[in-house]
Amino acid sequence: MNIHEYQGKEILKNYGVRIQEGIVVRNPDQAVEAAKRLTAETGTGWHVVKAQIHAGGRGKGGGVKLAKNLDQVREHANAILGMNLVTHQTGPEGRTVHKVLIAQDVYYPGPSEPKEYYLSILLDRAKGRNVIMASTEGGMDIEEVAEHSPEKILKEWIDPRVGLQPFQARKVAFNLGLEGEAFKEMVKFIQALYRAYEDTDASQFEINPVLKTSDNKILAVDAKVNLDDNALYRHKTFEDLRDFNEEDPLEVEASAHNLNYVKLDGNVGCMVNGAGLAMATMDIIKLSGGEPANFLDVGGSANAQTVEAGFRIILKDPNVKAILINIFGGIVRCDRVASGVVEAYKNIGDIQVPIIVRLQGTNAEEGARIIDESGLKVYSAVLLKDAADRVKEVLA
Amino acid sequence: MSVLVNKDSKVIVQGFTGSEGSFHAQQMIEYGTNLVGGVTPGKGGSSHLDRPVFNTVAEAVQKTGANVSIIFVPPAFAADAIMEAADAGIKVIVAITEGIPTKDMIFAKEYIKNFDVTLIGPNCPGVITPGEAKVGIMPGFVFEPGRIGIVSKSGTLTYEAADQIVKAGLGISTAIGIGGDPIIGTPTKDAVELLMNDPETDAIVMIGEIGGNYEAVASEYIKSTGNKKPVVGFIAGQTAPKGRRMGHAGAIIGGADDTAAAKMKIMRESGIYVVESPANIGETMLKALKGEPISA
Repeated sequence: MNIHEYQGKEILKNYGVRIQEGIVVRNPDQAVEAAKRLTAETGTGWHVVKAQIHAGGRGKGGGVKLAKNLDQVREHANAILGMNLVTHQTGPEGRTVHKVLIAQDVYYPGPSEPKEYYLSILLDRAKGRNVIMASTEGGMDIEEVAEHSPEKILKEWIDPRVGLQPFQARKVAFNLGLEGEAFKEMVKFIQALYRAYEDTDASQFEINPVLKTSDNKILAVDAKVNLDDNALYRHKTFEDLRDFNEEDPLEVEASAHNLNYVKLDGNVGCMVNGAGLAMATMDIIKLSGGEPANFLDVGGSANAQTVEAGFRIILKDPNVKAILINIFGGIVRCDRVASGVVEAYKNIGDIQVPIIVRLQGTNAEEGARIIDESGLKVYSAVLLKDAADRVKEVLA
Repeated sequence: MSVLVNKDSKVIVQGFTGSEGSFHAQQMIEYGTNLVGGVTPGKGGSSHLDRPVFNTVAEAVQKTGANVSIIFVPPAFAADAIMEAADAGIKVIVAITEGIPTKDMIFAKEYIKNFDVTLIGPNCPGVITPGEAKVGIMPGFVFEPGRIGIVSKSGTLTYEAADQIVKAGLGISTAIGIGGDPIIGTPTKDAVELLMNDPETDAIVMIGEIGGNYEAVASEYIKSTGNKKPVVGFIAGQTAPKGRRMGHAGAIIGGADDTAAAKMKIMRESGIYVVESPANIGETMLKALKGEPISA
């Protein structure tokens, strides 16, 4: 599960990770109030107005602005709230901004120069261990750093039997070139961050940038926090962090039906049992000259109810010109699935797009017969090749 | 020989009396798997599906001589069940459960390193040696016996591959569903290696998907054997967008190496017969067995 910067920072703060303080607001009046409060609490003179959406690259897209007085706080909040923010991660359609974070200015002048760093924690799948990645190239896209100067990325793997050891945190801090008070602060920062990661069942923390302030404090200026969906049952309070505004409405509807659906922007919808076969079906659509409109795994029990719910969701996507249903019947019998398709089709009534049903496995021939004899505008196929050919035909 | 499971395997079911466990235990018994009992804590001493129920895996091993366990325990308790099986001396653990927290699996995988055990899964369809033993949830009839091994991250796509292999007039030695989670017990390379060294396997189908580096590591291994046996490969998710989880917890494109294109490239460079369409697995295997050049 993805969460917002302000939510991630709140979690970090609870674990003793120093953060750039801020207050999340929904309108310009609240923004001004928040700015006043922050000045009273932190002494900050300037403020940063930061769009809260689940995507990176907000600054470049115009979603992060520095305000040097309260009028500018109002002005920027007014401009950013409600804007359609387009970044390299939102896609061309962008994302509407519903909330902004009013944050303290942490780049104030002082005895030393502020400096930005990069820190992340994630699972190294190859090693089966968590890894801390750090770099002096703060504020940059880490993938670019990895490509052009991989030697600038430090990695420290965590032994699950003993967890993060103090020497590892010191190693990272030293290798980032820190010394004195800033070094001690960084060691504490890394240890607190890792504790937070473990305790919350996170699947990724990316703190970019981590800032050494001019008075040698270390703090998180941004926080990208991903939580392990499989572990949410252990953290009931995290349910409230889900922001439906950030999700495609069709995906929200699908999840209510326990369907695993991802909206894409192609023209051929698909409905499949099993995640691997669902991806393979998308690939077949592409090879047949179409573009997949979605990923949809109906899971092990493809019955009339799930098929109907799937149909309804796919049909709400106006780009869909055809639908390919691909079911490999194992435990679930193809004749049952076929009856389910026919029933769902009749329940929905007026379906304007051609439907190709490919049933394979248990009772496949009987399933195909049920489809063929239904009198509906549905094409049946048994072999995957035939299904691909049908897709080509209906798109031609 | 075949690999992992055969007619001599003594199989127990963890989560035996639950609905999933019961249903699939019945299916496995009907298939002919030598299912010797099951474990449900608190129900020891009773009988289920004409098989004894034990409170602990240790007791089940002691009383039945079980050496293989299949796990249907719910996600919150599944990592614990894996560790219990390893501790009791089980040699092959097949974890079907989907949705185990990653943190639990990091610990479980580390823990079982202390034992002589192979973990298959989690989040997998299991293992089948056709005609001998089915330790999984796959439809047994699809898998005719033969000499082609299958390694796959996916469930239904494995059935699809097996079906094409059978329709091509061939059969399966052992099919290993390794699972679609970020952390699994037996990565692609280890499963391929088992089949490479199996005298009853002539060729291998290797099915991967986006995310992680397992297929790349397996490709390097295959090349290092001098392509001892032909391998037909497919990667699902050529059309998957970046950063979105496609059903399986592990199926997500983070970096450039996670993409289907990157994996297929390495596979081709390693002498694997790569199919772009999953519809061509069977016919490509026939070409591969004839030693036809790789072009597809």
